[in-house]
Amino acid sequence: MSARPIFTRPARLAAIAPYLWMALFFLVPFGFVLKISLSQTAIAQPPYLPVFDLTQGFAAIKAALAELSLDNFRLLVSDNLYVLSYLRSLVVSAVSTSILLVIGYPIAYGMARLPQRWQSVAMMLVIVPFWTSFLIRIYAWINILQHDGLLNKVLLALHLVSTPVVWLSTDSAMYLGIVYSYLPFMILPLYATLAKIEPALLEAASDLGSSPRQAFWLVTFPLSLPGVAAGLLLCFIPIVGEFVIPDLLAGSSSMMIGQTLWLEFFTNKDWPVASAAAVVLLALLLVPLSLYDRLQRRQLEGAR
Amino acid sequence: MTGQAGIITEDVAETAADADSPKPKPQTEAVDIPLLRIDAVVKKFGAFRAVDRLSLDIRAGEFFALLGPSGCGKTTLLRMLAGFETPDEGRILLNGRDIAQVLPHQRPVNMMFQNYALFPHLTVRDNIAFGLKRAGVSRSEIDTRVAELVALAKLEGLEKRKPDQLSGGQKQRVALARSLARRPQVLLLDEPLAALDKKLRESTQLELMELQRRLGTTFIIVTHDQEEAMTVASRIGVMDAGRLEQVATPRELYEAPHSRWIAEFVGDVNIFEGQVESREAHRLAISTKDAGTIVVAEPRQPITKTIVCVAIRPEKVKLSRRGPVSDAVNAHAINRLEGVVTDVSYLGGLTTYKVKLDTGAVLRSSMANTARLDIDAYSASQRVVAWFTPDDCVVLEQ
Repeated sequence: MSARPIFTRPARLAAIAPYLWMALFFLVPFGFVLKISLSQTAIAQPPYLPVFDLTQGFAAIKAALAELSLDNFRLLVSDNLYVLSYLRSLVVSAVSTSILLVIGYPIAYGMARLPQRWQSVAMMLVIVPFWTSFLIRIYAWINILQHDGLLNKVLLALHLVSTPVVWLSTDSAMYLGIVYSYLPFMILPLYATLAKIEPALLEAASDLGSSPRQAFWLVTFPLSLPGVAAGLLLCFIPIVGEFVIPDLLAGSSSMMIGQTLWLEFFTNKDWPVASAAAVVLLALLLVPLSLYDRLQRRQLEGAR
Repeated sequence: MTGQAGIITEDVAETAADADSPKPKPQTEAVDIPLLRIDAVVKKFGAFRAVDRLSLDIRAGEFFALLGPSGCGKTTLLRMLAGFETPDEGRILLNGRDIAQVLPHQRPVNMMFQNYALFPHLTVRDNIAFGLKRAGVSRSEIDTRVAELVALAKLEGLEKRKPDQLSGGQKQRVALARSLARRPQVLLLDEPLAALDKKLRESTQLELMELQRRLGTTFIIVTHDQEEAMTVASRIGVMDAGRLEQVATPRELYEAPHSRWIAEFVGDVNIFEGQVESREAHRLAISTKDAGTIVVAEPRQPITKTIVCVAIRPEKVKLSRRGPVSDAVNAHAINRLEGVVTDVSYLGGLTTYKVKLDTGAVLRSSMANTARLDIDAYSASQRVVAWFTPDDCVVLEQ
């Protein structure tokens, strides 16, 4: 009696599909970026050298490979424009993510404790802003924050200030925009873990002598940590690479790495340096990702 | 029988208390003041009265069961004792102090939850120590106390595991150990064995009784399983629609139910409605539509209504081929009903029969299989005489 394969052919194809997808839309483009990052800038089309030409035969490709160098990466380290951009990106992202956690946790907690039928309503309210284009919402903030915008009008009308306050092109405006835009990404994973916590656990904590505050810190909070980690990651990573919000709302004194990258790519036409900057950014973001992965794996093992 | 059981429990409670000095002092005044007095308690959810002016006294050291169908209010009552619900009216007195408004974490009462509610992020040890840490017990004291509880619940070697790594029976024992850790004056158990399979449930029931006897703690268990209630409890309160229908020992409940509803809820029963025909020498003759005239023993509480029903447990109904071989003196007092066997269910320890009486009514009988080879077994469509004595019957009003 021969053993039957566990997976039928369609099932095997389905299992391969995500890998194919990742290879096609992530690995291959990343290979291009990596290659460009090792090239030299040139006034040409495309604007870098060397260019692999498969028609020229093996020797030509070998020669082209020899021309690749790490010069662009050296430049990134030596010029503090890039180092400062990276640092600012990490700081902005860390600060924004912390603010997001502080604001998002109570909202998610409140949602999870609503009566069941109100929970879906609250969920809708969190998601609804997504139905409007992200860019339009940022422009709306510009409108609100500008010199004669809604915010200043209200403040003046309430006699809280005597002259209009400068809001736009400040870090405060940028943080406001980032927190506003990313709040759902913090709330949703937090809400998902908080809603799953059995109410009986809190009753048990209370039965065993915990005040409501103790019960929160000893039971609710530790059990919500996977949601906290997911929310932090889901916000931190895209905010590091954020370009639109700092470009539109922050001042021009210092740049986040996304802005620097844009500048190199479009203004300076220096594709190789822009690519190198992107590769380093990816490497930086692998650190929190692998931490999260390890955390998750430990939890899975704990469950077994 | 009941009284005796009560004395034994209290004796053990006292000796256990002597041996173990830091536990709450034995309730010497228990004879006069009940440990727990529930006084005309009402709990409403909207217009629905989950608990309806319920009063009940529970003595120290009792193993009390609240039994009832789902939705009868037994869990609500238990949750009021734990402090998770606040009564709308009435008082809950623990040692004479009204605790109805006291918050759950400030009550000397602990609860074992239905699905255990073990903290999934804590180890077995930390789950058990949780309540002790909140009570500000010193570290060394916690260590010894946890070790005691681990031994008590037979959890040796599992201290470092998380709840997810335990079997159902182990989780149940962790939950029990955790709820006992603070040495509560009253331990509340909400369907504590419902998640276990039948075999494990039965052995755990015995362990629970043994534990209760050893510790002398007052246990109040909520269950919908009447066999469980009868096995573990020294007294049972049967609840329906937010009220206590009857509070009695298991035996009283089964043999002397107060109402038709109780008789039908606790165990199997044959019920015949009828009218009191005559009354003489502690015997009532009741004429029923379905079973003719049945002679029953006069109940202690006099019957006031004429429309009554007669309840006979199936195991009290004996079957024979020709009617009982009785001595002449009692012969006139034995009830006989003739009919045909329609159903035979062999259950191992006993066999149940359904007999279709000549009047058309169905009578159930069950007989213990006391011999391995039963030449006397009845088979379907066999004609039999079913008989029972006046003392086997209970007369119930309504």
